[in-house]
Amino acid sequence: MKPSSFDYVRPNTLQEALELLADGTEDSKVISGGQSLVPMMNFRLARPARLVDIGRLSELEVIRTVDDRVHVGARVRHVQLQNTPLGGPLGSLLRRSAALVGHLPIRTRGTFGGSLAHSDAASEWCLLTRLLDAEITVRSIRGERVIPAAEFFVSVFTTAMEPDELLTSVALPVLPDDHRTGIAEFARRAGDFAIVAVLGDVTVSDGTVTAARIAIGGVDDKPFRSAAAEKALLGGTFGLDLLQSAAEAAADEVDPPSDAHGDAVYRRDLVRALLPRALAAGAAA
Amino acid sequence: MTATVPLRLLVNGERHDISVEPRRTLADALREDCQLTGTHLGCEHGVCGACTVLLDGQPARACLIFAVQCEGVSIRTVEGLSADDENLHPVQQAFWDHHGLQCGFCTPGFLMLAAGTLEEDPERSDEELRDILSSNLCRCTGYQNILAATRAAAAQMRP
Ligand SMILES: Cc1cc2nc3c(=O)[nH]c(=O)nc-3n(C[C@H](O)[C@H](O)[C@H](O)COP(=O)(O)OP(=O)(O)OC[C@H]3O[C@@H](n4cnc5c(N)ncnc54)[C@H](O)[C@@H]3O)c2cc1C
Ligand code: FES
Ligand code: FES
Repeated sequence: MKPSSFDYVRPNTLQEALELLADGTEDSKVISGGQSLVPMMNFRLARPARLVDIGRLSELEVIRTVDDRVHVGARVRHVQLQNTPLGGPLGSLLRRSAALVGHLPIRTRGTFGGSLAHSDAASEWCLLTRLLDAEITVRSIRGERVIPAAEFFVSVFTTAMEPDELLTSVALPVLPDDHRTGIAEFARRAGDFAIVAVLGDVTVSDGTVTAARIAIGGVDDKPFRSAAAEKALLGGTFGLDLLQSAAEAAADEVDPPSDAHGDAVYRRDLVRALLPRALAAGAAA
Repeated sequence: MTATVPLRLLVNGERHDISVEPRRTLADALREDCQLTGTHLGCEHGVCGACTVLLDGQPARACLIFAVQCEGVSIRTVEGLSADDENLHPVQQAFWDHHGLQCGFCTPGFLMLAAGTLEEDPERSDEELRDILSSNLCRCTGYQNILAATRAAAAQMRP
C-alpha cells in the first residue's frame, strides 16, 4: 500500500529540529532511519500529518567514550555498531546484537535511537539498554533531561518521551573485563524480530557470580529484567548448572503473551533454552 | 491533496529533475517519475528486498525511504550496473553463468545487494555471503544458484 499525504521538513541543525517539534503542528513525527515508521505508514497504521527528517543531523551520528561511559548518538546506524572497534565485553555485545537486527539493507539505514523511540519489546537495542541500565538523553526547547532505561520504556510503541522531545544520545557503561556478556534469540527466519531474546551481563570473580543482569524480550509489553534469574545467579558458581537453574527461575517468573508467533508455553520453553545459550560461551559444564 | 515538490535525484550518475509528493517512496519515484522500472516492488514493507538499490554505495530498501529524503544522495539501480549489454557487471555475468534466476522478479534486488557488498569488500567469507543473501527473498530458485553466482562474482572481483 501507499502512505497517506504528509508535509515534509528537513532541519539542518538540532536547534531547528527542536523548534519544529515545538511549533504546535498536530500529528508531527520525527523520521530517522524510517525502517519502522515507513512500513507502518505504508500499511497506514501511522498517518502523520508532517515528518521532521533528522537524517542530516550528523552531530547525532557519533559514538564517544568519556571516562566510564560510551555515548551512542541517536542517529548511529545499526551497521556502525555491528562494525564498532570498541573493545571489551561491551564492544562484543554491541557487535553481536547489531548483527541480529533485521538484515544488512535495514541496518544501513535504521538507527539506535530510532529503535529505542519505537519501543518494540523484542528489539535488541531496547533490551541492551534495559540490561545495562543505560541513561537516555532527550532534548526539547524546554531543556534536556536524562531518563533511566527502567523508566523510558512504558509499553508497546510507548516511551516516556513527550511529543516535542528528541532522543539525542544514550550513555552505556564501559564493562570491565570481568564481565561476561552475551545474547541468544530465536526467530523463524534470519532477520525477523525475535520471538524470544535473552541478553545477559554477569560479573565473575574467582568462579563466583558477584553481579548479574538478565534482560528478556518477547515475554512482556516492554523489555523485561528477570529479577528471579538475577537472584538465582548471584553468589553461585558460574557454569552451565547455574545457568540452567537461572533459566528455570526466569521461565517460572515470566508471564508471556500468546500470539500467532508462539503461545505462552512455547515462549517459556524458549526462555529456558536461550538463557544458558546467551551466556554459555566460556562456562564450564 | 498535498502539493508536489520539485526534486533533483542523482541516479546512476544522471540528474533527474522531477516533481513528487513527499509521500512518494524512492521505489515509486524511480519507476514512475524516472522511468527506471528495473527496481521491483514486492512487499512494500522491507521484507522481500526486491526493491534493493544502493544509496551512497550501501544497499537499502527503496520502499522504505521517501524520494524527498534522497536529495544529494548518489543512487544506483540495476540499470546502472553495466554500460551496455556486451559488458555485464561481474555479478550480472555470474548470475547468467550460474542460473541465478528463474522468473527474474527478485533478480534486480539480489544483483544490487551482491554488487554493493562485493564492491565494498570482495574478500567476504562464505558465512558472510550467506548472511548477506538472507536479506532478500526468492520464490523460485531455492537460493543455491544465487549463492553459487555470488561466490563466483566474488572470486572474479578479487584483485
Ligand atoms: C524487515 C525488517 C526487519 C527488522 N528486524 C528488526 C529486528 O530484528 N530487531 C529490531 O530491533 N528491529 C528490527 N527492525 C526495525 C529497525 O531496527 C528500525 O531501524 C528501528 O526499529 C527504528 O529505527 P529507525 O531509525 O529506522 O526509526 P524510524 O523508523 O525513523 O522511527 C521509528 C519511531 O521512532 C521515532 N524516532 C526515531 N528517531 C527518533 C529520535 N531521535 N527522537 C525521537 N523519536 C524518534 C519516530 O518518530 C518513529 O515513531 C526491522 C525492520 C524491518 C523493515
Ligand atoms: S518491496 Fe521493498 S523490501 Fe519488499
Ligand atoms: S527468480 Fe523468481 S523470485 Fe527469484
